[in-house]
Amino acid sequence: MYSNKVMDHFSNPRNVGELADANAVGEVGNAKCGDIMKIYMKIEDNVIKNVSFKTFGCGAAIATSSMATELVKGKSIEDALSLTNKAVMEALDGLPPVKVHCSVLAEEAIKAAINNYKKSIGEQVTEDEYTCNSCCHNKKCE
Amino acid sequence: MKQIYLDHAATTQLDEAVLKKMMPYMRDYYGNPSSIYTIGRESKRAIEEARDIVASCFNCKNSEIYFTSCGTESDNWAIKGVCAFNKNKGKHIITSNIEHHAVLDTFLYMKKQGYEITVVPVEKNGIIDPLKIEKEIRKDTILISVMFANNEIGTIQPIAEIGSIARKNNIIFHTDAVQAAGTIPIDVKEMNIDLMSISAHKFYGPKGVGALYIRRGIMIDNLFHGGGQERTRRAATENISGIIGLAEALKLSLENMDYNNNHIKKIRDAVKRGIEQKIPYIIYNGDPSQRLVNNINFCFRFIEGEALILMLDFKGISASSGSACTSGSLDPSHVLLALGLPHEIAHGSLRLTFGRDSSMEDVDYIVDSIAQVVDRLRQMSPLYETFVKEQG
Repeated sequence: MYSNKVMDHFSNPRNVGELADANAVGEVGNAKCGDIMKIYMKIEDNVIKNVSFKTFGCGAAIATSSMATELVKGKSIEDALSLTNKAVMEALDGLPPVKVHCSVLAEEAIKAAINNYKKSIGEQVTEDEYTCNSCCHNKKCE
Repeated sequence: MKQIYLDHAATTQLDEAVLKKMMPYMRDYYGNPSSIYTIGRESKRAIEEARDIVASCFNCKNSEIYFTSCGTESDNWAIKGVCAFNKNKGKHIITSNIEHHAVLDTFLYMKKQGYEITVVPVEKNGIIDPLKIEKEIRKDTILISVMFANNEIGTIQPIAEIGSIARKNNIIFHTDAVQAAGTIPIDVKEMNIDLMSISAHKFYGPKGVGALYIRRGIMIDNLFHGGGQERTRRAATENISGIIGLAEALKLSLENMDYNNNHIKKIRDAVKRGIEQKIPYIIYNGDPSQRLVNNINFCFRFIEGEALILMLDFKGISASSGSACTSGSLDPSHVLLALGLPHEIAHGSLRLTFGRDSSMEDVDYIVDSIAQVVDRLRQMSPLYETFVKEQG
């Protein structure tokens, strides 16, 4: 059901845990639906120096969190903001259709953390529809 | 790595003695039981012998046992058959909210066909109150269907009481006994059961064969039409080896029931104690005593069941969960929700079902593995992090 890449990132998740010196945190999802992702970032000079996550959710939720953190680590915040759920899925060699929403959640968690940072330094943020109650009923998942 | 199978409610391994009994009917005795020549008659004789065995296991007549392809077919046949035959008498049918999908979804199908369905909720312990069923009975009620024992939480329903309520009101009573047969002694006469579904692979028999008990005098429409097999009530060339296997497996299960149940209960109780001692923030689902001896069902707060099952699999343990992710839907198991659990807790469920091949030697490994995996997932869980911070 899951690709080898998904199983790898699930069984050995990268960047898992709380980041002590984080200056940005984003949390999306909903316990009712069974997934919550929380992303911690240390951002300096517009660059994501370090990133970590905590996730409540299934195997795919943990694997997509892990992969998403890998994909944005060391990137500028502009690059990180352009991360799509599709890119996360492709990097994991695909997800079963019922698990696509996990990749959407991962994309949104990254954006939520960056927006949290932008707000903290007084920048204007356009709030997306994320901060998902979306996990059950998000158009991107269909 | 050692494999520890703790999912006997899903299926069991075919008993070697049963396989041995089945083998000649796979190839040597290949005659069609409907043929009148010698090898056909041998197949027929073997099937009737199997029917005698099954009948004696449930205290009924051999003419009341009908072989099917599985528990799901038996459930479908019972419900659709009663509805179709009695449509002029009434169109109201009653069931519980913790039935297997083979019953629940068939009820929903009947609703689409214009029948009225009442789904009676169970109590918080996962057991139905027979009086609540009695209250729902109407003049046009034609069927009550309540499972004998639940597949997820193992709770055993007051079948004899529901049976006598149904009989008193002249309503047909069906029970899905797929999880109970082979584990609990069943006397269909004493329990006032009119229709009962069983499935061989749940009691160390082969997959692809089941049976429906139809009490003498109970009329139901056929599900399959065609040849005259099963006393013209279930057309299809018989699965001879499967039927032989079902009967043999049932017979052995009954002969060894006390021994197996004692053995299984000891291990089950030891694992349950271990989990309760080692892991905080857990909920035990379902009545602790009125339940199958092989079943444990816990919810571990702050984690999700599919991740738990996958990580236990890495440790060689096969178990199951009622989380949304394992059910393939967005909602966690309807059984856990029926107990009144909130969604976020129901997502973190673990079902362990032990069997006669389970070993006391594995108890420590099982408990330690579950404790490690739960702890690992909690360390990853933002819900747990929030909880710990709130606790100070």
